[in-house]
Amino acid sequence: MTTKLMGQGVKRVEDQRFLRGQGRYVDDVAIGSDTLHAAVLRSPHAHARILDIDVADVLDVEGVHAVYTYDDLTGPMAEPLPLLIPHPALTHGRTQYALAKDEVNYVGEAIAFVVAEDRYVAEDAVSRIRVDYEFLTPVVGVDAARAATALVHEDVPGNVGARLEQSVGDAVTAIANAPHRLELDLTIERSACMPMEGRGTVARWDPDINRLQVWTSTQSSTGVRAAVAVKMGLDLGQVDVITPDVGGGFGVKINHPWPEELLVPLAARALGRTVKFTEDRREHFISSAHERGQVQHIEVGFDDDGRLHGLDVEFWHDHGAFTPYGLIVPIITSTQLLGPYKPQNYRVVFESLYTNTVMVTPYRGAGRPQGCFAMERTMDAIAAYLGKDRADVRALNFIQPDEFPYDQGLIFQDGRELEYDSGDYPASLEKLKELVGWDEFPAFKAEMAAQGRQVGIGLACYVEGTGVGPYEGAHVHVETSGKVKVATGLTTQGQGHATVFAQLVADELGVKFEDVEVVTGDTRRMPYAVGTFASRAAVMSGSAIHLAAKRTREKVLKIAAEALEADENDLEIVDGVVSVKGSPGNSIDLGTVSVLSNPLRYAFDEKSRAATQFSIGDPGKPPVAEDEEPGLEGKDFYSPERATFASGMHAVIVETDPLTAEITILKYAVVHDCGHLINPMIVEGQIHGGVAQGVGGALYERMAYDESGQLLNASFMDFLMPYVTEIPDGIDIDHLETPSPLNPLGIKGAGEAGVIPSAAVFAAAIEDAEGLTITAMPISPSELYTLRQEHS
Amino acid sequence: MKPAPFDYRRPGTLSEAIAALAGEPDAKVLAGGQSLVPLLSMRLAAPSLLVDINGLPGLDTIEVTGEGDEPGVRVGALARHAAVLASDDVRRVQPLVPLALADVAHATIRNRGTTVGSIVHADAAAEMPVVLTLLGGSVEVEGPSGRRTIPADELYVGPLESSVGHDEIAVAAFFPALRPGAGVGFEEIARRHGDYALVGAAALVEGESVRVGFLSVSDVPTVVDLSGVADDELGDAALAQLEPMDDIHATAAYRSQLVRVLTTRVVRSAQEMAREGM
Repeated sequence: MTTKLMGQGVKRVEDQRFLRGQGRYVDDVAIGSDTLHAAVLRSPHAHARILDIDVADVLDVEGVHAVYTYDDLTGPMAEPLPLLIPHPALTHGRTQYALAKDEVNYVGEAIAFVVAEDRYVAEDAVSRIRVDYEFLTPVVGVDAARAATALVHEDVPGNVGARLEQSVGDAVTAIANAPHRLELDLTIERSACMPMEGRGTVARWDPDINRLQVWTSTQSSTGVRAAVAVKMGLDLGQVDVITPDVGGGFGVKINHPWPEELLVPLAARALGRTVKFTEDRREHFISSAHERGQVQHIEVGFDDDGRLHGLDVEFWHDHGAFTPYGLIVPIITSTQLLGPYKPQNYRVVFESLYTNTVMVTPYRGAGRPQGCFAMERTMDAIAAYLGKDRADVRALNFIQPDEFPYDQGLIFQDGRELEYDSGDYPASLEKLKELVGWDEFPAFKAEMAAQGRQVGIGLACYVEGTGVGPYEGAHVHVETSGKVKVATGLTTQGQGHATVFAQLVADELGVKFEDVEVVTGDTRRMPYAVGTFASRAAVMSGSAIHLAAKRTREKVLKIAAEALEADENDLEIVDGVVSVKGSPGNSIDLGTVSVLSNPLRYAFDEKSRAATQFSIGDPGKPPVAEDEEPGLEGKDFYSPERATFASGMHAVIVETDPLTAEITILKYAVVHDCGHLINPMIVEGQIHGGVAQGVGGALYERMAYDESGQLLNASFMDFLMPYVTEIPDGIDIDHLETPSPLNPLGIKGAGEAGVIPSAAVFAAAIEDAEGLTITAMPISPSELYTLRQEHS
Repeated sequence: MKPAPFDYRRPGTLSEAIAALAGEPDAKVLAGGQSLVPLLSMRLAAPSLLVDINGLPGLDTIEVTGEGDEPGVRVGALARHAAVLASDDVRRVQPLVPLALADVAHATIRNRGTTVGSIVHADAAAEMPVVLTLLGGSVEVEGPSGRRTIPADELYVGPLESSVGHDEIAVAAFFPALRPGAGVGFEEIARRHGDYALVGAAALVEGESVRVGFLSVSDVPTVVDLSGVADDELGDAALAQLEPMDDIHATAAYRSQLVRVLTTRVVRSAQEMAREGM
């Protein structure tokens, strides 16, 4: 028997291509003189009425093929873009038009779309479009939105898109009656996904067969396909959407359709030419999506030991100018805030507010970093108030291992109960304390202090609902060569799906890892799929692939048993060869089984000729028996009852410079539990990437809007995404593997975990180093210096 | 992010290059392109003509001067930051140059960017303009009326504005040698490795003379004279002559604190070098 690949750190099959620059992204599609290029005129104003758009000068520009404004859109294309995830509490949901109609609501909103011979000419033409505006008062930031002296949308009173309250027990009374009470006011600012590859779309219309092919850099090719078909009045069967290599998504590409995903196909059909749009970096800053901006008010009641009696959280979520992705982010904040703890009584209410800024859709972590910040700041505040160890206060409030499944009594983002399936938080905490040296830290701190150095330690815990439904599917096909082709419909953005999915198939089917090839995000291969978000790919597609491979195996064994005249139970499959256990000479390879599975047996190759030595089927019955299909394939879908809950804890030791307030990371430790690991190396890579983004969000990145709604740092020069030089050299990682009972592999999602506790853990560590309270993140050295001045 | 249309010429001689500039008031010189090309791409600059000087012979030199001339190093217009940084001659003759160059952006940018280009781009947040000013160096420029030398203290006239004429090409920069018994120091604090500094400081100590140059605290490179100031008053004395400003990365108060800290540190480094020799 070959070694199981599940659990092995198999090297990523993708890396040779990616590291050698052989990745093929949307911008690499349709390189040639036939392709036209698009550029977009974007609003320079945060809030204005459009009085007139004059494109007369554009048509004179040599090389311009078309210019579109709202007035050129008809039918469904002239309707607002879809609101993907409605919710009863989203009483005032609003989405933008593909091209602005009458009004612009953020700097960057698309107004006109120019198609030209190349992008240079398209941009020249864009600069010649003249728009007359009537300025309206911009609403920027949560405070201005709440004050509502100006409105973003005239018909949305108070700028409130939604108000949602959930509660378990009676938090208000419990807090009032608790021995101790604290209140916290917290702020967390905006950042953004910032994938290396921005958005991009290519479309080609084939008039001979009335068919549209679209390549787009998305996290949901099936979603884009459905949107394009509806908006363009096409049948779904006329549209193919192909997602090639994607240079990062992190959430921003799950929102769809973006205006350009519709305008590019529209222009391609109208002009009869291939059309391409590639977003540039400034456009990504001002016209894609941001996340994280929230203001929070927390009231907590607890006893002398630090045990929670009640938690009452109110927060205001800045969702920008539109709500295409519904309330997913604030709902996640409000539910996942609880982390591994039992609040006893909990009430949470949020308002989701309009501002004249780029819209907010999920960014890796998707509302959890804010929730974790609220909860973990609260835990630290309780510990400080009682003079207790911060780890002890947390441990006291943990859900215990024998309490699973644990129902928090709330409704999660997927509309299902927030019920944790499994976990072992006390064990995680013990591992983390050991990994970071929690108990030894006070001595280290004293030793540093003696040298005039300031160090601090923080920890933060989280629980992450991963692998949300509704479903994913997979198709496994064994070719007559014995090679296995696997298709799943969700897309891939560099996670290593081609590796981990191949591991699962190799294990289940008994074939060599290198003989398995995985295709993702191609609607021609797998038309039913949801997408890659919410740390769901391994759980959802991984499970579906496992099930599809299992079906394929069943068919392999059935045919092989007949061919080898043996009992199915006596067969084993090793390295692509089926043999009778204990009788290795009595065997048949998978390629030959594939030949036998198809009664149409033209002898094109050696395999087909070799298959003639075997005889299967009953000559008295049809060549394809009832309930059978030709070919060696297996297809299955996986649809879970509810999300599976991964968990973890981070700790960081920082040093703060007494003079310059610079913040240096001395040690970063992660204990992570995502159930059974398919590939520990890839999970660790996910954690590294998440921590890196977390460091960015906690210490470097922010969206610096001025009062007029201009984004002042819309470039990589001023938006301080950390370089590798700002990320800790080593991240210490330990795993716990508490399997999920909800899926056949016992796995949980791992994609977002690394980023969730960052703001909380850095705030705690800096607070510990400085001895002053941190209530707002991110924090820069300049802000830390200001805090010191205010505190002294 | 594509540049607006422009003409492009790559002359083979300096006189052709100057002639090309002379005929086109909106022309720009392209050397390393590390500042200019992003400005073009973002359409923050839209020159009618780019005169690419990378084909001009003899401009990539790094020479030690002396023997009749003022001792120092003369860096040609096409000498890349990386080459200047790697030069043992430069390190020996004027150690402040490599000290500061090590903080100029990242290796990939230093491989292409030119030291002279950075100097005449006149960005007060850049390292080399301050170094040239502190050392009392100069720039050699050539134009239709011949060659002239602009002393550093006449070079910088405003934000991103130098006194080099639009039809002149800077052909070299001259950094005076460090005198025996003198010392230099350089340090900057940036948000990320290789970023423009929030504040940077360069010190030159020669006998009783103590002078410190600052980047990112004013519109033009600024040098203050701190001769005779007590060690524990250096920072405040420097601040008395500066007006640091707010931006999205730092408050004026924080920049002031960095001025205090860095002034003390660079003067101490320079004094140590002066004492111990290089």
